[in-house]
Amino acid sequence: MEELLRYIRVFATFARNSLVRDMTFRLNFFLQCVSSLGWTAMNVGFYLIIFEHTGSIGEGTGWDRDRFFLFIATTWFINSLVQAFFMPNAQEFSEMIRTGGLDFALLKPIDTQFLISFRRVDWSQLSNFFAGGVIAAVSLWNLAHREVDPMVPSALSVVLYLVFVVCGIMIMYSVMITLSATSVWLGRNQSLYNFWFYITNFSRYPMEIYNRGYLGKPLFGLFTFVIPILLVVNVPARILADPLVAREDGAQWYVVWAAVMTVFSVLASRWLFRKSLLSYRSASS
Amino acid sequence: MSIKFPPPGARHQEIALSSVTVPADDFPPLPAPTFGHRVAVWWMILKTSLGERLVYRGDFALGTLMRFLPIITQIFLWYAVFDSIGDPEGSSAAQIGGFGFRDMVAYYLLTMIARAFSSMPGLASGIAQQIREGEIKRFLIQPIDLIAFLLLTRIAHKLAYYAIAVAPFALVFFLARDYFVGGWPSLPVFLAFCGSLVMGFLIGFFLEAAIGMIGFWFLEVSSLLFVIMLFSFFLSGHMFPLTMLPESVLTVVNWLPFKYLAYFPAAIFLEKIPEEELAREMWIEAGWLVFFIILCRIAYARGVKRYSGFGG
Repeated sequence: MEELLRYIRVFATFARNSLVRDMTFRLNFFLQCVSSLGWTAMNVGFYLIIFEHTGSIGEGTGWDRDRFFLFIATTWFINSLVQAFFMPNAQEFSEMIRTGGLDFALLKPIDTQFLISFRRVDWSQLSNFFAGGVIAAVSLWNLAHREVDPMVPSALSVVLYLVFVVCGIMIMYSVMITLSATSVWLGRNQSLYNFWFYITNFSRYPMEIYNRGYLGKPLFGLFTFVIPILLVVNVPARILADPLVAREDGAQWYVVWAAVMTVFSVLASRWLFRKSLLSYRSASS
Repeated sequence: MSIKFPPPGARHQEIALSSVTVPADDFPPLPAPTFGHRVAVWWMILKTSLGERLVYRGDFALGTLMRFLPIITQIFLWYAVFDSIGDPEGSSAAQIGGFGFRDMVAYYLLTMIARAFSSMPGLASGIAQQIREGEIKRFLIQPIDLIAFLLLTRIAHKLAYYAIAVAPFALVFFLARDYFVGGWPSLPVFLAFCGSLVMGFLIGFFLEAAIGMIGFWFLEVSSLLFVIMLFSFFLSGHMFPLTMLPESVLTVVNWLPFKYLAYFPAAIFLEKIPEEELAREMWIEAGWLVFFIILCRIAYARGVKRYSGFGG
């Protein structure tokens, strides 16, 4: 317990230091927030245009406009948190391996993975978290007040939603730490950010749309059962937008599977991270 | 092709450089540079930049292939969208903004080609940086024109890029050949497509160069640049065919130059622009190109007048 408190204190210090650093260049911080929000606005515009032409994403999937915007809000919550807390650290980790700076991290009397994962917080990314909040609030309001098929999520589904958003973040974190740990073997992994972009690109749409054809089915299987990135957004968004109880198609099993995969991917990435440290050869002096 | 080294123009350049420090009357008067000299200089610049780019060819080819990955998601997304409004395929296939499902996928692939011509990564910010850090002095002293130099290096970069990217592009287009329902367009349309790609490249270049020239007036242009890039990304048709926009917005967007960067070449290839309007549209595009060339020239001339360089 005392050990846990110590880790929380260390993390608070990291967060505070990052905030101080960000606030030193306030205008830059502000512009970063504005540019992330601009990107968000553009995406929202794109989806609004799509829904000008269609009632839902996919026949019979239930992802109508209001529900799909809840889905987008979930994507935004998860991605902004991952990018705020883990993205800068994962990039720095790759760089530390190349420059030999990892030596100093290994020497510190604290868990190395913790130190590597939480050192920097990119506070400006949290602007997208608030953008996600606005999108979620508007679509929940629309969903509750519309004429046809109005819906208010139950307290239980909200709680489950929060739990599985956290699970989603943990899966994304595992994928990211695995990717950056590979730089121990590859020497350098500059395309980490690109990989990240392509992976999140798959996870940002309802998983049903992939489940067809000779290209889609293998992709669906791979990204659901092996690298479970399709579960990251889909499971919490389904829980909130479209209650899973008493469904015929067995979609509720994805919730159980997401929980299992969260535990598994965190453990697997931790194992791989430690394995990669064993292969680390310092580059200094 | 054989070329003498140093090319005749290079000598001229060296002397012109040293004449800054050495009294001019120590040298016999220089002959005025002929057109041949200029071409030699241009060739040299082109060749150097080409070599520079080909160093990272493996990384390049892989990166290009990876860039097609998001299209896979787009295929599934649009299939789902078309599926919910009607039949995605077949004779009574549904359409959005004049595009059927297969057209839509073909459209995204073609905008990749259009963007390969019109996108100018780092051009505007590079110019602004050169102005800020004083590197631009070089072009005020040397008998080389900044805009011509940048254009040549950009052409070289693009040529190097195409030389390597043609393989991944060909592979992806071959795999996706079924999405091009109309097949190859007629020869005049195809020529118009090629013309729009070249003009798209030039419009992209002069538009971004003109934005970079803002650096003469403001020190920090990155945020302004970002806003313009955001608009250009959205309004160029990179995200979706512009005909999907509501009528009133579309009328305005049609009069903006951004559509030439992605939407226009793709729409020509897919024969979405009626043949009788094609010539007129091409002339409007040429008009925009002339406008941006002039704008860029004026901005540079005005900017150089404002500019003061110190030290060296």
